[in-house]
Amino acid sequence: MGQLFLVPRWGGGRVTNHQTSQPSNYSTIKLLEVKNLKKYFPIRKGFFRKTVGNVRAVDDVSFFINEGETLGLVGESGCGKTTASRCILRAHAPTAGELLFRTKEGSLVDLAKLTRAQLRPLRSQMQMIFQDPYGSLNPRMTLFDIVGEPMYVNGVKDRKERVERVAELLRLVGLRPEYMQRYPHAFSGGQRQRIGIARALSVNPRLVVADEPVSALDVSVQAQILNLMLDLQKRLNLTYLFVAHNLSVVRHICDRVAVMYVGKLVEMANTLELYAAPKHPYTAALMSAVPVADPRIKTGNVELKGEVPSPANPPSGCYFHPRCEFAVEVCRKDAPVFREITPNHFVACHRADELRLPGIA
Amino acid sequence: MNNETPLLSVRDLKTYFMMDEGVVKAVDGVTFDVYAGQIFGIVGESGCGKSVTMKAVLRIVEPPGKIVSGQILLKRKTANGEEQVIDLAQLNANSKAMRDIRGAEIALIPQEPMAAFSPVHTVGDQIVEAILLHQNVSRREARTIALQMFKDVGIPMPEQRLDEYSWQLSGGLRQRAIIAMALSCNPRLLIADEPTTAVDVTTQAQVLRLLRRLQEQRHAAIIFITHDLGVIAQMASYVMVMYLGLVMEQGPVDEIFHAPKHPYTQALLRSIPTITMTPRVNLPTISGSIPHPFNKPRGCPFHPRCEKFIAGKCDTRIPALQPIGEKQWVSCFLYHDGEVAA
Amino acid sequence: MSQMENEQQMKNGDAENLGAVLASKAEERVSVASNWKLVWWRFRKNKLALLSALVLIAFYIVVLVPDFFATQDPEATDAKLAFIPTQGINLLDGSNFSPWAPAVVGKRNPVTLRMEWKIDETKKIPIRFFTAGFEYKFLGLFETNLHLLGPADPKSEDRLYLFGTDRLGRDQWSRMMYGTRTSMTVGLVSVLLSVILGVLLGGISGYFGGWLDLIIQRLIELLQSLPTIPIWLAMTAALPQDWRPDQVFFAITIILAFIGWTTLGREVRGRFLSLREEDFVLAADLAGCSRFRIITRHMVPAFMSHIIATSTLAIPVMIVSETSLSFLGLGIRPPAISWGVLLQEAQNIQTIAQAPWLLVPGVFVIIAVLAFNLVGDGLRDAADPYGH
Ligand SMILES: Nc1ncnc2c1ncn2[C@@H]1O[C@H](COP(=O)(O)OP(=O)(O)OP(=O)(O)O)[C@@H](O)[C@H]1O
Ligand SMILES: Nc1ncnc2c1ncn2[C@@H]1O[C@H](COP(=O)(O)OP(=O)(O)OP(=O)(O)O)[C@@H](O)[C@H]1O
Ligand code: SF4
Ligand SMILES: [Mg+2]
Ligand SMILES: [Mg+2]
Repeated sequence: MGQLFLVPRWGGGRVTNHQTSQPSNYSTIKLLEVKNLKKYFPIRKGFFRKTVGNVRAVDDVSFFINEGETLGLVGESGCGKTTASRCILRAHAPTAGELLFRTKEGSLVDLAKLTRAQLRPLRSQMQMIFQDPYGSLNPRMTLFDIVGEPMYVNGVKDRKERVERVAELLRLVGLRPEYMQRYPHAFSGGQRQRIGIARALSVNPRLVVADEPVSALDVSVQAQILNLMLDLQKRLNLTYLFVAHNLSVVRHICDRVAVMYVGKLVEMANTLELYAAPKHPYTAALMSAVPVADPRIKTGNVELKGEVPSPANPPSGCYFHPRCEFAVEVCRKDAPVFREITPNHFVACHRADELRLPGIA
Repeated sequence: MNNETPLLSVRDLKTYFMMDEGVVKAVDGVTFDVYAGQIFGIVGESGCGKSVTMKAVLRIVEPPGKIVSGQILLKRKTANGEEQVIDLAQLNANSKAMRDIRGAEIALIPQEPMAAFSPVHTVGDQIVEAILLHQNVSRREARTIALQMFKDVGIPMPEQRLDEYSWQLSGGLRQRAIIAMALSCNPRLLIADEPTTAVDVTTQAQVLRLLRRLQEQRHAAIIFITHDLGVIAQMASYVMVMYLGLVMEQGPVDEIFHAPKHPYTQALLRSIPTITMTPRVNLPTISGSIPHPFNKPRGCPFHPRCEKFIAGKCDTRIPALQPIGEKQWVSCFLYHDGEVAA
Repeated sequence: MSQMENEQQMKNGDAENLGAVLASKAEERVSVASNWKLVWWRFRKNKLALLSALVLIAFYIVVLVPDFFATQDPEATDAKLAFIPTQGINLLDGSNFSPWAPAVVGKRNPVTLRMEWKIDETKKIPIRFFTAGFEYKFLGLFETNLHLLGPADPKSEDRLYLFGTDRLGRDQWSRMMYGTRTSMTVGLVSVLLSVILGVLLGGISGYFGGWLDLIIQRLIELLQSLPTIPIWLAMTAALPQDWRPDQVFFAITIILAFIGWTTLGREVRGRFLSLREEDFVLAADLAGCSRFRIITRHMVPAFMSHIIATSTLAIPVMIVSETSLSFLGLGIRPPAISWGVLLQEAQNIQTIAQAPWLLVPGVFVIIAVLAFNLVGDGLRDAADPYGH
C-alpha cells in the first residue's frame, strides 16, 4: 500500500506519546531566515494612477524559523500577518529584504530574488494552509484533482501513482480514500480543512505556512484540526509558521511566538516565557485582553485605549506610543530597535529593560 | 434564587424554516428566563439557533421562517404603571404594540455590524430617527440624547462622529455607535448577538467593558450571544448552552464552567486549549461534526457524538430540559428520565 | 506505516464518516455531482426557463433544416397569388384524424381590380406529413424532396398558405423558416464572436492589469459611450452595395459583435480580478502551476457558466439589432431572407390593414427574445450553485 513511499520520503512515521507535553524536537538549524522584509502597497490616485503614498503592510521585519519548530505570528487585524506570510511564500513580491531558505539539498537561496520560473522547483518545499475552508478549495474539482494537482505539476504524471498517493494522504488526514471522487461541496468545514491540509502535504513540503487555519472552524472542530497538525508535525518533521489571533491556540501549538503591531515585530520569544513575562507593553495589553474561559479568573486588567493606527499613516517614533501607558519623550521621537535583550528574547521597546509587565499563566 | 417574575420568559419556543428542500427546525423547543439586571449568556456553535431564537423574540424572523409554537412572555409596565405580562408570540409581527416594544423595550445589537446602519444616512440622523420613533421629544432634544449616548459609550469627538456615515467609522467605533443606538431609548432588555466577533481582541475588551459598565449603570438585562467560551465566562452571570436548536444545559456561570453536567458542555470545555494547560498535548476532541440541519439525528441531537450515550434510549427519545440540583437545568438521560412528548 | 497506525489515524475521521455511513443514496449522488450537474439541477427547477429552452431548441431545429419545414420554394413569386390570407389547419375530418386545410379561392373585384381571397371551407385540401415537395439538399448532404407537411397530392394545384402570402405571392410560412435560420444564426454567431473578443480582451485586461488594462478599459468606455444606432448606420452604409448576400450577412455579424463585446469584456475582467484574489487560485499558484494552467483549469471554468448565462441574454439583443437594421434596409438585404427583411413587407399601415398576417415575423421575434431572456435568467440564477 501507500506506506511504500511515505516512509522513505518522510523518514518514518513513529508515533510519539501524545499525552505528555513535548516541545517539538526542533534543531537550531535555521530553515528560513527573514531579514528586513518590507512590503509596501502603493496608494494610487487620479487618472494616471500616480502613487501618492504607501501602505506599509510589512515594515522591516526580521525573524527566523528553525527546522521542525512552530513559530506563531500574532497581532490584530490588519497588522500585516497575512502579507508577511504571503511574502515568504512569494505570493507577493517583497518590496525589500531577504528571505533566506535552506533547500532540501542544503544550499541557501534568497527567495526574494528569484523569478517566477526560478521559484517553481522550490514551490514543493513550502506550502500553505488557508483560513477559509470554503474559498480555498476549487468547487469545480474533485478531491482527487484538488489533492493530486500539486503532485501532477511537480512531476507525478502517472495517474495510478497519483491515485495511490491521494488515497494515502486522505487517510493521513483522517478522511476516507473513497471520497476521492467527491466534490468539496459535500464536506463540512472541518473536513474541508483536512482536504486543504492533504493538498499542502501532497508535495512533501518542509515549511508549512498556516494562515489562521482554525479561525473559521466551529469550536468543537478546532481541536480536531489542532491535534492533526501537531500529529503531522511529529510524523513528517514539518516546520510551521502559524498565523493566528487566538492566543490560547497559539500557546498550545507554538514553540516560539512573534508579536506584530502595524507592520513591525514588537516582540519574539519562547512561548511560555513570552506568556509569563512579556517585555513589550503591547504584548502585555494583548494578553490581558484575552478572555479566559474560566469565570474565576478575571481578565482585562490592562485597558488598551484608542485604536490601531493605519499602516498608511503610522505615528512617529514607536508606533505604539499613542496607546502606551509607559510612553516617554524618546518613544515619541525615535523608533525602538528590535533587539535581543535576553538570549532568544527579542523586543522593540525603549523601556524593555526597566518594565516589569504582567503576563498570564 | 429569584422569586420575582422574570423580565422575559421563553417557553418551549419552536421556530422552523419551511424551505423547498424540507423543514429546517432552527429552534426546536427552547425554554429560558431572563431577569432584570442579569447578563444572560447563550453559547453554542454556528447554526445552533442562537440568532433565530433572538429574532423570534423580536418577531423579526424572515420568511420562510415561522414561529410554530411556544410562548414569549414579556413583563412590561402599562401606561398607568401596572405590571402586565404579554405573550409576544401572540402579537402580530407588524402591529403597533410589537413595534413599540422593538427598540424601546428590547433593543438588538445585530450580528452583522454593517447591517445595523444604512450607508446613505449619517449615524447621527439614524439614531435621532430611532429616538423620535419611540420617545416624545423634539428633534433637537433627540440630538442631545444621541450626543450624550455617544459620550457614554466613549466615542472620541462625538459631535463630529454624529455627522459621519457608518462606513467612515473604524470597526471599534462602529460597534460603539451601534451600542449607542441600541441604548438610546433606554431598553430594559438588550440583546447583543455576537457583538465582538467582527472586532479585534483589544477592541473586544473595550466593548465588553463598556457593556458591563452600562449594564451596571442602567440595571438593564443583557442577553449576550457568542460562541467564544472565554467571552461568556467573563461576561455572563447565567449561561445557556445550545446545540442544534435545543437547550443542552443552563445554569449559573460558575456551575457551567466548573461543574458542567451535559456531556456536550463537558466535551466542549475540554476541547478548547486554555491558557493554563500543558501545551502541545493532544486535545480531547468531540468526534464528528455538526450534522446538516436537514439531517438532524433522531433522539438526543448530540447522541451520535456523545461518548456516554445510552443505546436504545438516547437514540430514540428526546430528553427534556429538567432541573437537577438547585440552579442547573440539563436535558440528558444520564441525569433524569424526562423526555419530550412526541 | 503499520496497519495499526493506519487504523489509529482512521479513528479521527471515523466519526466524520458516520455521516457518510448514514448518508442516503441521494446524498451520495450530490457528493459526486459536478458543477454542470448542479447547475442543471437548479435550472431544471425553473419551469418557465425549461419551457423556453424547449422553444429555443425547436427554433434551432428549424435553423438546421428550414427546407424540411418549408412547404414551398420561398423565392417563387407569382403576382397573381399576392396577399392570400392564412389558412388554418383542421386536424379532424368528421371524427377521423385526417388533417386538411380549406382552399382559398380568389375573385377579382371588378371595381378596385384587386384580387379578393375567400376561404372556402367546403373545398378541403388534404394534408400529409412527411410528404414530397420541392427538391433540396438535406443539411447540405443529399438531395431529397421530403418535407414535414404538404398537400396530399403535390402535383395538383393545391397549395398551403399557413401564414398567407406577401405582395409578390411568396408563401410566408416557408419564408419564415428561412428567415428564422438567418436571424437566429446572426444572433448566435455574433454573440459567439463577441464572447471570443470579450473573453480574450477582458481576460488580458483582468489578468495582466497594468497599461494593457488601462488601454482596454478606455477602449471599452469609448465604444460604450458611442451611440449605437448611428454607428451601425455608418458601418452598414459603408458596406459595398455589390456584395453578395452571404458577404453582407457575415459583415453584419461582425459589426454586431464588434459593438456587443464590451459588456462581456467588462464582466470577464471583473471576474478575473476577483478570481485572482481567490484562495484556491493562490493555492494553485503555490503548488507551482503554470499561468496557462491556472487560467484554463481554475479561472475560466469558474466563470464559464456565468459567461454562458450572459451570452444567452445577449443573443436577443443581437437578434433585435439585426431585425431593426434589416427592417430599415441597412442590414441583410433581399434576396436574402431574415425576420427583419420579412418585416420590411409590413412597413406601411395600408399593407398591415390589408394583410395583417405580414406581422407574423414580429410575433416570432417577440417569442424568441422572450425565450432567450427567460433561459438566460434561469441560467444566471443557476450559474453559481455553491452559494452558502
Ligand atoms: N493587496 C493589497 N493592496 C493594498 N493594501 C493591502 C493589500 N493587502 C493588504 N493590504 C493592507 O495591508 C495591511 C496588512 O494586511 P494583512 O492582510 O497582512 O493583515 P493581517 O494581519 O493578515 O490581518 P487579518 O488578521 O485581518 O487577516 C492592511 O492594512 C491591509 O489593508
Ligand atoms: N433565513 C433563513 N432561511 C433558512 N434557514 C435559516 C435562515 N436563518 C437561519 N437558518 C437556519 O437556522 C439555523 C440556525 O441559524 P442561526 O442563525 O440561529 O445560527 P446561530 O446559532 O446564530 O449561528 P452563528 O453562530 O453562525 O451565528 C441554521 O441551521 C440556519 O441554516
Ligand atoms: S517604546 Fe515606549 S511607547 Fe513603545 S512600547 Fe516601549 S514604552 Fe511604550
Ligand atoms: Mg490575515
Ligand atoms: Mg448567529
